[in-house]
Order: sequence, then C-alpha cells, then structure tokens
Amino acid sequence: MSSNVRHLDRGSGGWGAVPPAGWAVVADWVTMAGRGLRLTRRNLDAVITSLALPVLLMLLFVYLFGGAIDTGTRYVTYVVPGVLLLCAGFGASMTAVGVTNDMTGGIIDRFRSMDVAGASVLAGHVAASVVRNLASTVLVFGVAFLIGFRPSAGPLDWVAAAGVLLLFILAISWLAAAVGLLARSPEAAGGFSFLIMFLPYPSSAFVPIDTMPSWLHGFADNQPVTPVIETLRGLLLGLPVGSSPWKAVAWCLGILVASVAAAGVLFRRRTAA
Amino acid sequence: MPREPAIEVSGLEKSYGSLRVLDGVDLEVQRGSVFALLGPNGAGKTTAVRILATLVRADAGRARVAGFDVVADRRQVRRHIGLTGQFAAVDDLQTGEENLRMMGRLAGLPGRAARRRAAELLERFDLAEAGRRTVATWSGGMRRRLDLAASLVREPAVLFLDEPTTGLDPRSRQAVWQVVAELVGSGVTVFLTTQYLEEADRLADRIAVLDGGRVVADGTSAQLKEQVAGHRLDLVLADPAAFEDVARRLGGRAVRHDRDRRVVGVATDGSAAHVRALLDEVDPARQAVDRFAVHSATLDDVFLALTGHPAGPPDQHDHQDEKEPANV
Repeated sequence: MSSNVRHLDRGSGGWGAVPPAGWAVVADWVTMAGRGLRLTRRNLDAVITSLALPVLLMLLFVYLFGGAIDTGTRYVTYVVPGVLLLCAGFGASMTAVGVTNDMTGGIIDRFRSMDVAGASVLAGHVAASVVRNLASTVLVFGVAFLIGFRPSAGPLDWVAAAGVLLLFILAISWLAAAVGLLARSPEAAGGFSFLIMFLPYPSSAFVPIDTMPSWLHGFADNQPVTPVIETLRGLLLGLPVGSSPWKAVAWCLGILVASVAAAGVLFRRRTAA
Repeated sequence: MPREPAIEVSGLEKSYGSLRVLDGVDLEVQRGSVFALLGPNGAGKTTAVRILATLVRADAGRARVAGFDVVADRRQVRRHIGLTGQFAAVDDLQTGEENLRMMGRLAGLPGRAARRRAAELLERFDLAEAGRRTVATWSGGMRRRLDLAASLVREPAVLFLDEPTTGLDPRSRQAVWQVVAELVGSGVTVFLTTQYLEEADRLADRIAVLDGGRVVADGTSAQLKEQVAGHRLDLVLADPAAFEDVARRLGGRAVRHDRDRRVVGVATDGSAAHVRALLDEVDPARQAVDRFAVHSATLDDVFLALTGHPAGPPDQHDHQDEKEPANV
C-alpha cells in the first residue's frame, strides 16, 4: 500500500498537478491515438480485411473487368485512386465500430471521470484511422506498381494528391466517428462501411461516368467521391484537373466541419444521461 | 482544507422522463470511512454514483465530493476521485500493463512514472504474472481487479465502487473485499453500492438504505439492526409432520417458513428464558424439534422491516438461506 491521506490536503495542485486544459487535451489525444493504434494492431482480423480486401478488389478489377473497360489509359493506372478511396471506406468502418465500442462499454465513463475530454477520445480514434489509412495507401501503391501502375506526376503533383487524399481520409474518419456516436451497437456502426464503400461505385472510380445510364449521371457527377477521384487521377497522371480540386476540397471540408460539429453534439447528448 | 466530510449530499433529485430516480437524497460520508448505499435493482444507486462522479447532472440539490462542488468544480472533483462502474472499463485488446499505463498517462503522469505506477498496481493486485497478456484472456475476477486498479492510478481521495462484486464468484468477491479493506487502511474514502446485504454488513462503517429514490434508513449496521426485533429463533423440525404441526401452533407469529429444510423461525429477545418457553410451547412432547439456532437479525430482516419488500436479487436470498443454523 503506497497511498496515504496526504493528497486530501494538497488543495488544487499536488500529485499529478494538472497542466492547463488545452495542453491536457493534446496530451490525452496523443495517449488516445496510441491506444487506437495498439487496438488496431491487436485486431488483426479487421486489419487484414481492411487491407487485403481493397487490394484483392484492385486485382479483380484490373485482371477480370479491366480488359473490358476502355478508359483511354492502362486500367490499373485508371483504377488506383478508386481503390485508395475504397480503403478509406474500410478504415472508416473500423473507426465507427471503435467509437461505438467505447460509448457502449464502461470505458467512456472512466475516461470522463478522469477528466479526459470527449474531443481527445474521438480525435484519438481519428488519428489512429489516419495512420491506418496511410499504411493501406502505401500498400495499395506498392501492389499497383508491381502490376504496372506508372504515374507521371511531378513532385508538386504528388504533394497535392497526398494533401487531397489526407483531407478526404480525415473527413471520412470524422464522419465515421459521428456515426459511431449515433450507432447503438457495434454491428450497426459496422453497417456504415457498406454505405461508404458503395459510394465509389457510382462515380468515376472504376468506369467512366459516360458509360453509365444517363439517369445516374447527375448523381455520379455531383457526389463527393467523383471530384476527389478526378483530382487524384489528374494529379497522378499529369492531366489537367480543371475545377475538380476545388470541388474536392470543398466537399471534404464541408463533410469535415459538419462531422466534427455533429460529433460534438452527439457526444454531449450521448453522455448526458 | 478544513476537515469537511468526504461527501456531502443534500436534496438530490433526478428524473428520467416521468421516472423519478432520486427523490431528495441527503447523505454525509466521513473521510476515511466506507459507506455503503444499499438497495434493490432500480433503487437509484447507480444514478447517485454517476452524479457524484460528475458523469450526470442532478435536476436539483447539491453535492460536494472531496471538498468540491460536483457541478461548479467538476474538474477538481475528477482529479480527486476514482470510479469503478458496473461494466469493466478496460480494453480487452490491451494488456493489463498497457491499460494501466494508459490510465496513468491520462492521469497526467509522465511516461516513466506511469510505467512504474502500472507495475506497482499489477503487483499489488496480484496481476503481475498476467500483466503482459491481453485482458481478453483473463478471467472475470482478474478483470475486476484490473478495473479496480485502474481507478486507483491517480491515488484518489474518494473511490466510487458501483456494485463491485456483482457477478463475481465467491473467491473473487473475497479478493475485492480485501482490497477495499486495505484501501481504507490507507485513508481513502470508499463509497460503494451493493445489493448484497452481507457485503454492506461486512465492509461498511455506515449504510444508507435506498429504496425508490429515497434514503429510508441511515446508520451503522448495528444501529439498523436495532430497528427490528433483536433475534430470531430458527427451529429445525424432525420430520414433515412435525413441521406442519409447529407451523400451525405458531400461526402468524412465524417469521420464516422453509418447508424444504423443515425450518420455522420465530422472533425472540434472545434470552434463555424466552427461548426455553418458546420450545416448550411449540414442542411440549419434546419430539418435534431436532435442532435450533438463535440469530441476530440480519440486514435482510432490516430491509424487509423498512421497506416492506425484500432486498436484492433472488440469489442473495438463496445464499442467506443456505446458511445452516449453527447450534447454540
């Protein structure tokens, strides 16, 4: 037994004197991000699913469907941005499930009773999600290079592409965190992955939009995934990108801001009772 | 800081929709003591703990914990408490050591100090060997101990334990009790909720009985027991016929019937003269009563007398009834 009564008399400071609130939030966020990554490493099934499935899908598209799809470039080069976004979808579902697990188990009560801000908990999940996605992105690029992906992007194009992808991942991860707060069970949160995974299909990710039925053009042209895909593809292939980057950034920032705000409201509502 | 009580609660009210969970609760807990909030499921115990641990706000009333108001000085309160809720609040996919180290970091300890504290707590809770395995592989009792250890990372002044032994096997329950006893030795104030009368009786310096959101009694175990008739004479009858015969003779005076074990209980003041007279009265032929035992009133009796209904889950009553009457 190491404890004693001394701490009763140390007033507001003392043992573990608490740094200013802002700094504590950042420190807690780092701790929570570390936790998220550890939990990811231990949850190998989910990691393998979220990494292997997009890679398998890429191989499927390139070798089974790709021959029949005329995109004007090698199909593998055409499809890589779409596969990256698929990965982000898988990663996001893990984030949603993680947040729901925290909220439905007892651990959120412990965190709150330790004065850990909800923002730190959620941002920790998002940070882990971003790191997971960076790993899957590297993997996808690696496999793509092996099967003939040959981008023609200059250094600035790469930087811009990385920035747009990162922004998209960040937006999707916060959206997932908000969904995780909304879901009452991990299974429900997992169902969210289906929606996000589906979104790249009616876009220019896998086939050119003008090959789709005309009634789908309106949706496919104006949904958030399409400008992100067009931007990534244009930058990687050194093609003109037109207004796509601005649309992509606007979509991502919009989703990001709305998701962060929704997460704040949902967290407060969820913990009020 | 003046020697004010560890916990002061007055007029606490909380409703969920039309359901009134707490209906004007007043409590006071002295520093360094163990306080038990005893009540059946749905009595409002968990809500009371959640309000005191700053997790929910009361609709009305005031509460101070470790000298700080749970609303106005919420952050200060959080720095002085530990909480172990009903659901294990540790990560299954982290090791015990990682869980505790994380809690240490969240409590503001630098990395090395967090590591040291984790090792210390694992040692103290007899978890050092399992410390490097993920918690998913641990038994329920071990998790519960880890959960307790996690709430001690910050060396709290006040520790809240919400039904700390519910669902534990008897051995793990003993282990938790021992930890609580040790903690009190070190000056920590413990506020626990329980449905188990035996647990409150065993651990707590003071007990408040919560029923329907109100404190219906508050005092030491002995004080509460004094509120009902002092003792009970349990008669173990020789055979079923004798059971029926004695039960009929006592009629409404019998306070306990257990046909399966052929036990009839009747209130007594516990004096030899009264017990002798009762025995002569129910068994003039000296054939019917096989054995007898005199018990002090249990908290079960207290609860029944105070609220008009039995406390706790059914298994608790089974457990109480399993005790063989000791021959006096």
